[in-house]
Amino acid sequence: MPAEPPIDLPGHLFEAYELLATANAAGTPAVPIAGGTDVMVQITGELREPPLRMLDLSRVEALRGIAIEDGRLVLGARTTYTEIRRSALCREHLPVLVEAAATIGASQIQNRGTIGGNLANASPAGDTLPILLATDATILVGGQRGEREIPAIEFFTGYRETALAPDELILQVGFPLPKGREVRFRKVGTRRAQAISKVVVALAWQEGAGGTWRDVRLALGSVAATPIRARGTEGILEGALPTPEVADRAAETLAGELSPIDDVRSTAEYRRVVAARVVHRLLREAGGW
Amino acid sequence: MSFRFLVNGAPAEVEVPGMRRLLDVLREDLGLTGTKEGCGEGECGACSVILDGQVVDACLVPICQVDGRIVRTVEGLSLAARHRGELDALQESFLEHGAAQCGICTPGMLMAARAYLDAGGPSDEGAVREAIAGNLCRCTGYTKIVEAIQAVIHVD
Amino acid sequence: MPTRTATPAIEPGAASALLVQPGTVTTGRASTLPLRREGPAKLTGAAKYTDDLVVPGAWYGLTIRSTEAHARLLAIEPDPDVDWSTVVVATAADIPGENIVSLIKDDQPLLVPVGGEIQHHAEPVALLAAPDRETLRALKGRIRLVTEPLPPVFDPEQSEHPFAHYEIRTGEDAALEAAFASADLVLEGEYRVGHQEQLYIENQAMIAVPGEAGGVVIHGSMQCPYYIHEAMQRALGMNAIQARVIQEETGGGFGGKEEYPSMVALHAAVLALKCRRPVRMIYDRHEDLVATTKRHPAVVRHRTGVRRDGTLVAQDIEVVMDGGAYCTLTPVVLSRGAIHAGGPYRCPNVRIRATATRTNTPPNGAFRGFGAPQTEFAAETQLNRIAEALGLSPAEIRRRNAYRVGDVTPTGQVLNESVAAEEVLRLALETSGFEAARAETLRRAREREGSGTIPSGALRTTPQRIAGGVGLALAWHGAGFTGSGEVHLASVASVELSADGRIRVLTAQTEMGQGTKTIFPLMVAAELGVAVEDVEYAGQDTAEVPNSGPTVASRTAMVVGGLCIQAARRLKTEVEGRNGGRPFAEVHAADAAEHGATRIDQRFEPYPGVGFDDDTYRGDAYPAYGWAAAVASVDVDLDTGEVAVHDVVAVDDVGSVIHQVLCEGQVEGGTLQAVGYATIEEIKLRDGRYLNDRLATYLIPTALDAPRIHTILVEAPYSGSPHGAKGVGELPMDVGAPAVVAAIHDAVGAWITELPATPERILAAMHGTPSSGRAVGPGRAA
Repeated sequence: MPAEPPIDLPGHLFEAYELLATANAAGTPAVPIAGGTDVMVQITGELREPPLRMLDLSRVEALRGIAIEDGRLVLGARTTYTEIRRSALCREHLPVLVEAAATIGASQIQNRGTIGGNLANASPAGDTLPILLATDATILVGGQRGEREIPAIEFFTGYRETALAPDELILQVGFPLPKGREVRFRKVGTRRAQAISKVVVALAWQEGAGGTWRDVRLALGSVAATPIRARGTEGILEGALPTPEVADRAAETLAGELSPIDDVRSTAEYRRVVAARVVHRLLREAGGW
Repeated sequence: MSFRFLVNGAPAEVEVPGMRRLLDVLREDLGLTGTKEGCGEGECGACSVILDGQVVDACLVPICQVDGRIVRTVEGLSLAARHRGELDALQESFLEHGAAQCGICTPGMLMAARAYLDAGGPSDEGAVREAIAGNLCRCTGYTKIVEAIQAVIHVD
Repeated sequence: MPTRTATPAIEPGAASALLVQPGTVTTGRASTLPLRREGPAKLTGAAKYTDDLVVPGAWYGLTIRSTEAHARLLAIEPDPDVDWSTVVVATAADIPGENIVSLIKDDQPLLVPVGGEIQHHAEPVALLAAPDRETLRALKGRIRLVTEPLPPVFDPEQSEHPFAHYEIRTGEDAALEAAFASADLVLEGEYRVGHQEQLYIENQAMIAVPGEAGGVVIHGSMQCPYYIHEAMQRALGMNAIQARVIQEETGGGFGGKEEYPSMVALHAAVLALKCRRPVRMIYDRHEDLVATTKRHPAVVRHRTGVRRDGTLVAQDIEVVMDGGAYCTLTPVVLSRGAIHAGGPYRCPNVRIRATATRTNTPPNGAFRGFGAPQTEFAAETQLNRIAEALGLSPAEIRRRNAYRVGDVTPTGQVLNESVAAEEVLRLALETSGFEAARAETLRRAREREGSGTIPSGALRTTPQRIAGGVGLALAWHGAGFTGSGEVHLASVASVELSADGRIRVLTAQTEMGQGTKTIFPLMVAAELGVAVEDVEYAGQDTAEVPNSGPTVASRTAMVVGGLCIQAARRLKTEVEGRNGGRPFAEVHAADAAEHGATRIDQRFEPYPGVGFDDDTYRGDAYPAYGWAAAVASVDVDLDTGEVAVHDVVAVDDVGSVIHQVLCEGQVEGGTLQAVGYATIEEIKLRDGRYLNDRLATYLIPTALDAPRIHTILVEAPYSGSPHGAKGVGELPMDVGAPAVVAAIHDAVGAWITELPATPERILAAMHGTPSSGRAVGPGRAA
């Protein structure tokens, strides 16, 4: 086996903070590992250079757990997709997250992969990420300098880049749970399991007076360098009813405001058209026509 | 670093780097070559083992996360057979249904199926297919594998 | 629920050794069948694949590969700052014999020599061996290749280097054109298929161990030990004793371990000779995807003349295959593709022109079906489009044209027996309820049209999101090697009664999952009248077993199985003859004790009345053909173009079924590979480099993508082989993809003429990107 990078094994959060700060100060920033489903792929060195130093989070119990706190659904960063799928709280308060977790990899990946890892990896194709954007989720991060809460929309700063500092860890994800909010999720992948997405769509709204939509959030994955919100299309839907005419305009607006790329998994044209159609379909279903 | 864990019911202790893959520890340090490497990136499931009751890809697990835990590999399946060295009910069913062809995906497939059975998974075809969706097989078309797993559940 | 049937219309002929008599119809499992012989070892993890072997003192080997598609290699420069004394680097200069991977043409080097041309991306240039993988990886990037770029060719139709060209014609061009002029409809179509990776789950793996007298023993994952044996003698300058090849447990092949393992074995051997110690050459998945052979991409153009009633009158077919940078087996792949290009249909006027050329892409090679899946996808889709143009059902046009006994193929072969095209077609139609299912999708399509819900814009959805469809295809597959191939091979298989009373079968046929180790003892035991457990199957070691030819072309059960049966018969006759006619089973132990070992070496004799002229391409291209029909049922997501293939009825005539469970396994596995070929398996290239070079990007179907496969086995035995078998491995691969594409058309009304039928292509086709085919010519049918 190639030389494995050194790894520290903190037993609790403050020890993890300290090790992270020390490694950072030494000029060899440590890459945290939770479920390992992303970072372990690099270890053989065949596909990417392995990290120089690692930090194991498997002993840090503070990063676990699913709870309702202050009216929000809070998931510890180490929450796995399997735990999300099995969580009664998730099923009750944010079933769309359960739905999304079921589309990730297969059992082996769901048993190991974590929501914090999905965030840190910051893949534009990360399946749960559009849900975070659509639900105004916040990400609690922390380190020796203290803790801070980052809105999901500000978290992704570039292709596989995040607002997380090298001496910070992702601690929790919090989902506000406004009354009456609807959220829909759709993943178009490369196959029916173990699939990477070609397009991911999450759409959230609340019904206002006369059934009109308000607080509309439309977020997409795999169509840009980061998960994004489609503000132009949100503008079409805000204050509108989900009628055929509105759906047509939303689909056209969305196709116009996206600039996806061709890559090994799909084409720009396909992503643009399918993203628009998925939104058209969601509006059709919401409108019941 | 030193790590201790149980493999197929027996204690194991290895002195290896913490980031060494469980797959390499099993195959190279413990000589348990029943667990196979097919891709090294968690796509094929050939290296599936059961870690504390959950099926995982051993190529994606660093050994430091196995410390103090329980690992089951294909070599341990027959421990549950009526007689030592015999096949367990799942292995027997695979053999009778023709669910193993070239055999390279078989250990991982068995472990995914075993985890599913142990968790009390239902016998309906869709659920069984989902349970093994992380294990690629290129020989069988999956038909006989699904039948073999369903047959064990029906018997139980 | 698997079922099987026999074709009562066909005489069993000489199939006296049939283990299951034709005429019987059984359902479910035959409880008396032996279980897979090596099954328990595979199920307990005890089976040793190459990378499982512990070889004390072995070093790890690695291949340094080109990063350009076409260039001149000026120099190989190891980094002067590295201490190279602890490792071994080998280049072309270290090859003891000829720098050739011996196959059809001597064009492929083991390693590109300095001054030579790099012909494709990932071409082997140098080798590196080290005591551990850590060192190996650290040094991999420290060898610089100095090159001078040369202009690459990527389009096979632009290439000026043909590997092979064949013309198969029933007569002069004038007669063909006259037939087209007489047709009621002439339809043209162009079809394209891309690369497909075999994707055995065990990567290529070889261990070379220096042996006695300057020899090398190869342990590895392979289909054809004697291919490697031959290649070693040439490249390593060894004799047949010094070169020794042992097959280890092999985790799938599908053609991918037919010829490529020679390259891996030679690399390991060159390093082992230079290191003077064993060397492990184990590919990881990335390297295996990047460097090893794929199914040949092809362009197939059809011009077909038919009468109003669907009767074929003329076929003009052009096939261009992309051979990649070296010849490998391309001429043979092209030949099989060309012979099958018209499909299993009688047509009096046929011209097939087939060419394979060189491009600066990694070489393409053997893959289940061997050229036929490419051309039969084109033939079947063309026929389905003709049926549509004529307003005929796909079933009807096939019934009208499918081969029957007495018909003549484009090579002039008279099909005298064992023709089950109509039978497999009938069973597939009945079992699937094809016509009724098709009427239902038609009704639903009309409903969609009538309700005005066809989307007016590409971005809109329709009320109905999912459209179902059903598709039919029919195929044939020549059994065994093409033309005079078996005669040239002159295979030998042996059955031995050893001095200690054991019964042993000795052949070079490898087990790679298809069941060789189970069926050969089964056949021999039946012939000798002994229990199957009493028959051993010797290991595939060139020092022990005779050269019974490669384990390819679905020839193992048919050709070599036949030799085993013949050898067993002779052994039985001999032993019983000297024991007063008492049954072999009773006397063989005593006979061995008294007379010592008796070994029968059975050499292949040409099948009676079968002849082929390699120069004119006329005659009996194969002794017999297998026949397959498939009906695929799909759901297409109209929003996204995603296809779910949920059911396939696969009906395959294999001549005779030797082991029902294993035989079904072949049909099921082949069917899923065909479904993958049809839907998701795709390789995109950039500058001659594969972009889908990981399992995360080269996708094969998972259990959730796989359809329910209903297998029906048909037995139309071939009288020339002692057991009637015609082979099973490749048949299902030929028929699945066109059935899926026809089902997609049935669902969405668009023809996909390029494989795979990805959602991207389906959406484009649904929204009016012009189809590559067009109806032309006299008298378009009304």
